[in-house]
Amino acid sequence: MRGGWCSPRGTCISMTEAATPSETEAPDLPAAARQPDFKARLMRRLSLDLFSSRSELASILPARSIAGRALVLVIVIMTFLAGLTAGAVHLIADASSDWSRSIAREVTIQIRPVPGRDIEADVKTAADLARRVRGVDAVRIFDRQEGEKLLEPWLGTGLDLSELPVPRLVVMKFASGDAPDFAALKAEMAERLPNAGLDDHRLWLGRLKVMANTLVLIGFVILALVLVATGLAVAFATRGAMAGTAHIIDVLHLVGAEDAYIAREFQRHFLRLGLKGGLIGGLLAVVFYLVISISSGQFALNPGSEQIEALFGRFSLPLGGYASVLAIGLVISAVTAIVSRATVYRTLSGSE
Amino acid sequence: MRFDNVGLRYGIGPEILRDLDFSIHSHSFQFLTGPSGSGKTTLLKLILQTLKPTRGRVTLFGQSIAGISKAEMAHLRRRVGIVFQDFRLLDHLTTYENVALPLVVQGREEVSYRSEVIELLRWVGLGDRMHVPPVILSGGEKQRAAIARALIVQPALLLADEPPGNVDPSLARRLLRLFIELNRTGTAVVLATHDLQLMDLVDARRLVLAEGHLHIYD
Repeated sequence: MRGGWCSPRGTCISMTEAATPSETEAPDLPAAARQPDFKARLMRRLSLDLFSSRSELASILPARSIAGRALVLVIVIMTFLAGLTAGAVHLIADASSDWSRSIAREVTIQIRPVPGRDIEADVKTAADLARRVRGVDAVRIFDRQEGEKLLEPWLGTGLDLSELPVPRLVVMKFASGDAPDFAALKAEMAERLPNAGLDDHRLWLGRLKVMANTLVLIGFVILALVLVATGLAVAFATRGAMAGTAHIIDVLHLVGAEDAYIAREFQRHFLRLGLKGGLIGGLLAVVFYLVISISSGQFALNPGSEQIEALFGRFSLPLGGYASVLAIGLVISAVTAIVSRATVYRTLSGSE
Repeated sequence: MRFDNVGLRYGIGPEILRDLDFSIHSHSFQFLTGPSGSGKTTLLKLILQTLKPTRGRVTLFGQSIAGISKAEMAHLRRRVGIVFQDFRLLDHLTTYENVALPLVVQGREEVSYRSEVIELLRWVGLGDRMHVPPVILSGGEKQRAAIARALIVQPALLLADEPPGNVDPSLARRLLRLFIELNRTGTAVVLATHDLQLMDLVDARRLVLAEGHLHIYD
């Protein structure tokens, strides 16, 4: 330990007179070393050496001493569940929108068989009236066999329904979802077809919307609960980390660190864990939906899957859905960072 | 730094430090001594404000620390270098990073202090140990790393708690010389030790703690 040391502020201390050759433990800087140009060159060389081996300081907080893996796993699971929920919300919202659009484009005239009236003539009259409605794109008459077939799911097959007063249907399809004015049609139907009714599916549509909105709301509640649970898990993990690194926090305070600096370090540490967990969890959820999408495509010919597809669509997330699943990972990372910072602040201010 | 009628007790127990009235002047050098358990480390903690006095007034760099905010205290501590008896190096950081720590917490960019830290590490004989963690350093090397960490900020006041306590007499003398050299540059030094032979090497002020009282021998 010989030579001297000068800070860049110009203060120098020397140890040359205190050391003997046998005590030398560090390379002695020659007298020329105190010359600014030599020192600058030396420092440049040393700096280059240092750059080549290590360019950045390690984190102030030790990654291993904090239950990082357990927390990452918790965040992965939370993000995965939240991602699944976000995807499901997307699917339901999209399906609800599809139902609304397709139902809004269809209006049905229902003609009930009444004694003394020729139902086939009534069906023809209804179809003629329907074709005259402005905006109608197509009119389709469901014949008796088709009408009876619609009852099969409820009554079973192989039954003779000829004695039953099965109503006949005339379906109007519209090009756009804008509901046309049915007042004139209703007036004519009331005059010429007293046994007919017009069903624009509003009641059904309203119930579907309520159901879909309820499911979407439940999805958002689950998302909120997952975020709260993640926040609590991070708060506990942060407190555990602070307890495990109390000696480090103590040293940081003693060398002049402010609470804000320590909180920032914790925030950075937990943001890193959050991003790691959030990314893995989000990607797992994306993979899940990709697999489901591919699988549902392969099993689409199955009769059961046809009904599910009719109700929920193809279980295929749009790009926006995948984006929101990944965004959930980012949100959870942000929650992780914010909660850890707030927890550190609260704990440090409470320790005063 | 000034203590006026300072006392400290833990809970409802008796005062372990009583009626402390003294000043540490800038550019001064003093030993803080006394038998083991006399309260040397406790007094250093009072100076650093990691312990709050139960009575009296402490003034640091002309500023009363009663009611001072944590942020202001942090800024005052940046002017104080501390060498702990147990070193308190952070094992997950390298020696270089430990020494740079006071500069890091001040928000300085690494490029601004890298050469300064390297030069200091070389000077204390740790030039070839800068990238190893403290766990593989010897006691003397840890001691020097801890001293380097205290010196890197060019403190106005250096507190050293039994720094020669963990090293052989030869290194202890060199450490003493180091503190004297540092004092010559303008840093006030408080060197806590119970090594009388070491104190006899230097004609300096002695603050002697005994039975809770401080006796000053100028």
